[in-house]
Amino acid sequence: MPVLADILAQGQRVVGHRPWPRYQVTPEAWNQAASAIAAGRASLFGLWGDTGAAPMVNMAIIEESSGDIAVASLACPMRKFPSVGALHPPAIRLERAIHSLCGLEPVGAPDTRPWLDFGFWNVKHPLGECAPVAAAPGAYAFLPAEGAALHQIPVGPVHAGTIEPGHFRFTASGETVVRLEERLGYVHKGIESLMAGATIERAAQLAARASGDSTVAYGIAFAHAVEAALGIEAPARARYVRALMAELERLANHLGDIGAICNDAAFALMQAHCAVLREEVLRAAARSFGHRLMMDRVVPGGVAADLHADGPNVIRALLQDIRLRFPRLVELYDNTASLQDRTAAAGVVSVDLVRRFAASGYIGRASGRGFDARKTPGYAPYDRLDFTVPVLTEGDVDARIWIRVREVEQSLQLIEQILATLPGGPVATALEGGDGEGLGLAEGFRGDVLAWVRLDGLSVVRCHLRDPSWFQWPLLESAVEGNIVADFPLCNKSFNCSYSGHDL
Amino acid sequence: MRRTLFESLTRRPLTETPPTADNAALAELAASLDRAARQRLGRSLAIREVDAGSCNGCELEIHALNNAFYDLERFGLRFVASPRHADVLLVTGPVTRNMREALERTFNATPEPKWVVAVGRCAADGGVFAGSYAVVGGVDAVIPADLHIAGCPPTPLQLLQGLLALLAPRRDRVAPQP
Repeated sequence: MPVLADILAQGQRVVGHRPWPRYQVTPEAWNQAASAIAAGRASLFGLWGDTGAAPMVNMAIIEESSGDIAVASLACPMRKFPSVGALHPPAIRLERAIHSLCGLEPVGAPDTRPWLDFGFWNVKHPLGECAPVAAAPGAYAFLPAEGAALHQIPVGPVHAGTIEPGHFRFTASGETVVRLEERLGYVHKGIESLMAGATIERAAQLAARASGDSTVAYGIAFAHAVEAALGIEAPARARYVRALMAELERLANHLGDIGAICNDAAFALMQAHCAVLREEVLRAAARSFGHRLMMDRVVPGGVAADLHADGPNVIRALLQDIRLRFPRLVELYDNTASLQDRTAAAGVVSVDLVRRFAASGYIGRASGRGFDARKTPGYAPYDRLDFTVPVLTEGDVDARIWIRVREVEQSLQLIEQILATLPGGPVATALEGGDGEGLGLAEGFRGDVLAWVRLDGLSVVRCHLRDPSWFQWPLLESAVEGNIVADFPLCNKSFNCSYSGHDL
Repeated sequence: MRRTLFESLTRRPLTETPPTADNAALAELAASLDRAARQRLGRSLAIREVDAGSCNGCELEIHALNNAFYDLERFGLRFVASPRHADVLLVTGPVTRNMREALERTFNATPEPKWVVAVGRCAADGGVFAGSYAVVGGVDAVIPADLHIAGCPPTPLQLLQGLLALLAPRRDRVAPQP
């Protein structure tokens, strides 16, 4: 790690943190790391509090050119730490969440409003001292936008469609959005608090329900973290079966999204046909793995059940069907000028903003950031599979659709490769207790999911899950600016960020 | 586009034969709704979906009800954008403390007569999230549910079977109370 090596070398390496190192650093080194990230020499990968015996904050950092990852930990005996958000805005919401959940205060933070905590929990700092307080919801101060012709439009938490709850506060000048501010946290379920002290088995069930649409990706990220902490590896067949499930999940979500985005531009025909293809993927998943969303199929140590005997045939038939019908839908999208009129140049996110936020998935790739955890740092079995990561630079709704289209094509041929090279052998390794720490990654359909875990025997002391949406939600505020209010659903659907994965 | 549309005219429809209403759901409805209420359940119901804290798995399967295979609208059931247009609230998730007020307000905004269907394991009793500081519990902890559909998440078929109980012809129903 050339850039961060100097900074982190001043710290003390923590024993038993795998597979990437964790360093206990000084406040000076912490600030230097934050400055390096702000200068674009490395990317912020995660930021979370840990209030065990000794309260600390952890900052995961990735150097994208090399794929090197490290975690910097700063002890907070006074329950305070130097704000990263003051130097690097993408950290702001993460720090607000750390303050609300753990009670660790970012000193010098540009935004001190609570995040996730609306005052309804009856406790304060649930991951910290967890002190009981009377429920006292106060008014939330939205950021001001002033001007004679401006008006506000509050939207949510209950929306018009069948989607998750969140609040969007628009300030508009006529039809044009001047400012969008998101308020999230409605579906906060306290997952990290439920995981503390839980068995690995129960924690895996909770991780699988962080965001239902990415249940396989969360399963894999959590399993990677636990396996790293215990110093074990899942058998080869299990890793291939996981990848098979992950690619089916990606297919199903992308097909659903492509249809749903077009539907939000009032082009229902795409939605009708894409929804049929999505349903066929889910049915193939149910026949191959016994569950349409493949929930609870990935477990630490391997997979809960092997691919059913007729699974390969079912999935091959599915591939054939999609290959027959999907290209025509792509052609339909490409040749419908009235639809393109809505999607092209709508909801643009700049290449620079995506790089600063290290936004992943189709949002990153539509704006020039080709990061993919399957390639960098990479994990089995993708190192043995041949695939490309599509990248565009337009950054509009249209580009986010095209990235999904190309990823559908890549997933189809990945699944083919996996079926052709699926090794034999067992699908799970028994877990033996240990007391290490592990960091795990998985590339979900939405982007990279990060899981960090500290174990004591076969139970979880502390687990942190970081959804890709943390670095994507803020970009939606930027994408919508200057668009008309009526195009918000279209822009929002093209992002399709997770509320549940973010709120946790 | 023309080719795609013409093909749809000649191809057999994908829509599946309707399942029969779930017996457990029929029994639960018979127990919870009085005869007058059941008579008012017609063959056309407007559904408002409310995510009160779900992981979004239930939403994915509720969405699937609209695809060509399940085609919910053929039964006269349709999703509406506002609780003020709704007869039925379809509620998912453990109810989080942060969503409790929004759920209550949505319920209060729905005109009488109205029915509440709790969807999924979490909506029954909080599921894997029960006991959290941030979770109230199942839907019943906040508003009275008339029907529970089990599953994590329930499959579209299970959802359909449960919802059809709301519409089941009267002869299929448990004998009315005197």
